[in-house]
Amino acid sequence: MFLAWRDMLFARTRFLLMGLVLALMSILIVIISGLTAGLVNDGVSGLKAMGEEGAEVIAFEDGTQTDSAFTRSIVPVTAAADLAAADGIDDSTPMGLSIVNARNQDGTPVDLTLIGVDPDSFIAPEGMPALAERTPGEPTPTAREIILSSHLADEGIEVGDIITLDRLETELEVTAFADGQRTFGHVDMGYVPLDIWQEAHAGARAGEPAPDHAYEEASVIVGAGTPAEGVSVDGLDVRTLEESFQSSPGYGPEMMTLSMIEWFLYIITALVTGAFFLVWTIQRSGDIAIMRAMGATRGFLLRDSLGQAVVILALSIAVGVALAVGLGLWLESSPMPYVTEFGRIFAGAGMLFVSGLIGALVAVFRVTRTDPLTALGENR
Amino acid sequence: MTALTLDNVSISYGDGDTRVHALNEVSLQVNPGEFVGVVGPSGSGKSTLLAVAGALTRPESGSVRIAGEEITGFSEAELARIRREHIGFVFQSSGNLPSALKARDQLEFAARITGRQGRRSTAELLDAVGMTHRAGHRPASLSGGERQRIGIACALVGDPQLLLVDEPTAALDRQRAQEIVGLLARECHDYGVAGVMVTHDLAVLDHCDRVLDMVDGRLG
Repeated sequence: MFLAWRDMLFARTRFLLMGLVLALMSILIVIISGLTAGLVNDGVSGLKAMGEEGAEVIAFEDGTQTDSAFTRSIVPVTAAADLAAADGIDDSTPMGLSIVNARNQDGTPVDLTLIGVDPDSFIAPEGMPALAERTPGEPTPTAREIILSSHLADEGIEVGDIITLDRLETELEVTAFADGQRTFGHVDMGYVPLDIWQEAHAGARAGEPAPDHAYEEASVIVGAGTPAEGVSVDGLDVRTLEESFQSSPGYGPEMMTLSMIEWFLYIITALVTGAFFLVWTIQRSGDIAIMRAMGATRGFLLRDSLGQAVVILALSIAVGVALAVGLGLWLESSPMPYVTEFGRIFAGAGMLFVSGLIGALVAVFRVTRTDPLTALGENR
Repeated sequence: MTALTLDNVSISYGDGDTRVHALNEVSLQVNPGEFVGVVGPSGSGKSTLLAVAGALTRPESGSVRIAGEEITGFSEAELARIRREHIGFVFQSSGNLPSALKARDQLEFAARITGRQGRRSTAELLDAVGMTHRAGHRPASLSGGERQRIGIACALVGDPQLLLVDEPTAALDRQRAQEIVGLLARECHDYGVAGVMVTHDLAVLDHCDRVLDMVDGRLG
């Protein structure tokens, strides 16, 4: 590293430019990773929260397509017992999911992912009203209450507000907020008792009952426990919670786009670093020939040249990441779906470092092939 | 013991009708403390002679002994070790010293490459080549003669037994050339180094103990 340090100080403009490019690359990687984490949250944080409550599998109607399966699937409520009987499933409960437009008493529009749950089940938030016995031909007497994603509290909705579903005019009173962000397909979730959801899903207007069969249906069955590998139940398409993320609207394509951008950045970093060190190595091939003639070992030359790459990569990435984390904290307070996840950031920075080093390694390797004979005569 | 012994060494380039004998059964012995000049026209094989004597290339036939070690069957890595331990090179244009290094760093860097610091310290070597006052300057602010002096000091850092000099005066005026070659001869004599200098500057040959003519790959 004796020559490497002095070279970097001497040719500082060149190395600064290179470092600037690498720092910008790392800023981009950090921002992309924050955006990815933010979009994941926006897309499936509600499902993740269910996972924390014990949900392991989601059973859809057999034959539902992966894309937007939650809103297409219809399963009988009784299928919960079928799933519970499967290997390794400890508990199961029906769940309804539909995306609705609504407004509060001031007329402020609110988009909601309406989640219908059994108030006694493991996925229900605290404080839901109990399901009341329904007289056939009458609407359910269950209290019309809703528990919202806490994110909506930031938007000005308060406990005691009345949420009115568009078209149906069903009025739901906000009684509480569930902890943490709970969104599905970028839309905030609202928990209602299952029979309220069933009426809304069937399109029953306020005060009117839904057809009888509607009270026997849910969207999916959610299962808890440690399911056996490839568990299957007749009439149901059982997927793990992770697999069901793909059924959140836009989730798959969003992740694909972002990870493609990330991989492009890694490849570009490898090429840019490689190109820089290739030119740099060619520029000093005269020096290298002389060092070889003096008997410098391959190890000595590689250490010197790669040491330079390690220093410039580590410094620039560190500076870039530090700047980007600061920028990210500001972005988090903006409406952009952005979340700082240090694990993700360090993984990205590490990958950037490795791809840069691979590029430099390929370029620098030619120092070991320089012919020391060219140090003699006027060949230079 | 001789510092350098070439025995019937031959090297040729190309093949068939275009085969050129760069060295044709050359034999040469150089003793410690002896400064030998080799002159000859361009293409006579002078550079190839330096390459073989400097363990940069292996002979096709014949034997080369450097500081008592027969190098004929050596691997690349072993040749590099021979160069580090026994040989000092003074290159034609020592302008190709790494441009980022100040004069005193040039010497330290040479010591790092060869992995050894000889009897004399960096300061003593700078003094020996008369460059103490320029120790803090980079090659770009040194004259051709000054760069050549730094190059000589670098070659001497590890106390080599053999000093190989490639056209040291090519870029110098007459007086500087005399000074540089005088310095080389003095170092060889005072420190028991075997020196071989390839040149076509006939004016500097007075400093040599022995002068050999090279024509068409043969040494006379």
